[in-house]
Amino acid sequence: MEFESVEKGQSVGERTVRVSRADLVAYAGASGDRNPIHWNEEFARSVGLPNVIAHGMFTMGAAVGLVTEWAGDAGAVVDYQTRFTKPVVVPNAFDTTVTPSTALTVSGVVGAVDAEARTARVDLTVTAPDLSEPDADPATAKPLKVLVKAQAVVRFPG
Amino acid sequence: MAVSADVVGRTYPSIAPYQVGREKIREFAAAVKATDLTHYDVAAAQTAGYADLVAPPTFAIVVSQKADAALVNDPEAGIDFSRVVHADQRFTHHRPIVAGDELTAAVTVDAVRPLGGGAMVTSRVEVTTVAGEKVATTVSSLLVRGEEQ
Repeated sequence: MEFESVEKGQSVGERTVRVSRADLVAYAGASGDRNPIHWNEEFARSVGLPNVIAHGMFTMGAAVGLVTEWAGDAGAVVDYQTRFTKPVVVPNAFDTTVTPSTALTVSGVVGAVDAEARTARVDLTVTAPDLSEPDADPATAKPLKVLVKAQAVVRFPG
Repeated sequence: MAVSADVVGRTYPSIAPYQVGREKIREFAAAVKATDLTHYDVAAAQTAGYADLVAPPTFAIVVSQKADAALVNDPEAGIDFSRVVHADQRFTHHRPIVAGDELTAAVTVDAVRPLGGGAMVTSRVEVTTVAGEKVATTVSSLLVRGEEQ
């Protein structure tokens, strides 16, 4: 992406990130955040959660890939922030192997352009189905905004 | 036990030097489903102008959560980690993190605000190289839920 062609209101695209319990175990290992609410259902319920939930930082990390791919430079994000509003519930799903049981839907729009600093702020919308009820169906469950005020500032060379 | 406001303004000791390894960058990038080749392929990273593999935008959390441990484990702060919810997170990158970086980090408590029966704890981690170059600033808020909720 060339900075000169970036405009406020422009879409940076949309993607779906499927999520399994195995993804959460991989993130726990990679990040060092081994809190059992992210991999043990009994423990998660014992602290009042509806089920195993994804690390907020997993969701934040997975969502920003849309921005770095759009920018064409994985090191171009100079600022990235979000609030975590709703947990991403990740039910058990097993069919000879652990399979994805939910998905993040990520989309982004250019919210601001700073010509002097050569930066663009991308505002991300990230949703996941509300699977907090045991019999919820991922295909029909209501999408919840799991990140709010998720904004990534990209700096362009030049 | 309630979270203590006495820790506001306190900076905890820096973590032991953290060596950013190629395999850790690859593992982290795969874990957040990042696809950019510069996370995985040294030649691709160097062609793009980086000294070595580039860390994804949220990689600094690996280092800043190590620094946060000093606060979370401080009995004087009174944070019950089993009641903690991550409320918000911000990364400001002064430059990208690359493999080969030797980093250190220290946490400072910016605010403790009572909220319901619990508290919102906002802390900031300055991530630098061991030589003192500024690399990233991370700010996070942890909601410590009260006993009665």
